[in-house]
Amino acid sequence: MKQETTLHVAETLPARPWGLYGLVAAGIAAFVLVYRALQPVADWLTYDLMRLTPKTHLGDAANFFLYDTAKIFLLLTTIIYAVTLLRQSFSPQRVRRALSGRREGVGNVMAAALGVVTPFCSCSACPLFIGFVESGIPLGVTFSFLISSPLVNEIALVMLYAMFGIKVAALYLGAGMATAVIGGLAIGRMHLENQVERFGIALEDIVEEALPFRQRSCEAWDHTKELLRKVGPWVVVGIGVGAAIHGYVPVDLVARWAGKQNPWAVPVAVLIALPLYSNAAGMVPIAQALYAKGMAMGTVLAFFMAVVGLSTPEFVILKQVIKPKLLVIFAGILTVSFIAFGYLFNAVL
Amino acid sequence: MRVQILGAGCAKCKQLLANAEQAVAGLDPPVEIEKVEGIREIMKFRVLATPALAVDGVVKAAGRVLNHDEIRRLLQNG
Repeated sequence: MKQETTLHVAETLPARPWGLYGLVAAGIAAFVLVYRALQPVADWLTYDLMRLTPKTHLGDAANFFLYDTAKIFLLLTTIIYAVTLLRQSFSPQRVRRALSGRREGVGNVMAAALGVVTPFCSCSACPLFIGFVESGIPLGVTFSFLISSPLVNEIALVMLYAMFGIKVAALYLGAGMATAVIGGLAIGRMHLENQVERFGIALEDIVEEALPFRQRSCEAWDHTKELLRKVGPWVVVGIGVGAAIHGYVPVDLVARWAGKQNPWAVPVAVLIALPLYSNAAGMVPIAQALYAKGMAMGTVLAFFMAVVGLSTPEFVILKQVIKPKLLVIFAGILTVSFIAFGYLFNAVL
Repeated sequence: MRVQILGAGCAKCKQLLANAEQAVAGLDPPVEIEKVEGIREIMKFRVLATPALAVDGVVKAAGRVLNHDEIRRLLQNG
């Protein structure tokens, strides 16, 4: 039975979108203004309004909390909105079509790259995974996508750039994609296709309809609000933990145990991170605080990736269609990669 | 008419379900809402992303959460 399904995808922009340029310019101006005002306002709130003393634990923690919360929400709103707009062109169906018939190697790299730009809800992991596999996309290529999608989160990418600079952001992107490509290739080589439940279905073609820009923008804005609502609590908790670390953990403690000179810091950090899971956006403030306290940047990134890239909820869901042996191999490859990158970055940065 | 909400149970899926329930409230004849959570059942609909919404077995939207207005419009336009 042929089934036609209509899904909505982005339409190209009109020929001369002057109104759009104007809006974008206004948006950028507003963003810069608010951004510049953040620290002064946070200072005023903490030291004048709340009468806290600078340089004390509570004063520093509160100041950090206020400043960081406002800054992160500003960044998040802007980034999520912009990225959602851009991303509307990358429906899973298009990705699937782009990847089918690709050989390993090229396919892995494409899958990793596409994984970075496509949204990923962990409950989508299963249908997406099966859909790809049933379409004839090689298992390894599918895994490249599955690894890079949650691991390299464009929100985290932009936030890391904003907080740590282009070098760190580029390393995160590079490491994420490399892990995805290598991991996918490795799994492909192991020929573990028998570890996946087969459904023997054929995916029909889904008809895609173009949406006008105004509706796209509204949808993007709705999605932004929804994502903020979902991610917000994680971020606030992340900032709270970051603020606590910032204000209360003595610099020596972290630097001594996880600074550059401790060779065990990286594996220990990654192992601690395994059972933990946080949304990427929520992890950035924690990463920032740890780094400010003396944790080596490589260790911070390894910890970050391990928390974000390996999530228990995702594994619980994938368990429905992937047998334990493959799941363990999958987790193992990721763990080893993160540890390796941790060491590499510590040496390079 | 029957509305099927496809999803493994994450927050987005629950949101879609809530919106669907809001959309069908008070409709006559009453519209039934069915939750499809098992992966085998979900794959029968051939979707690539959840949460997804289907009406009488035909997928209308996948990978995003529709608000109750959109769902109601879908039901009325058939």
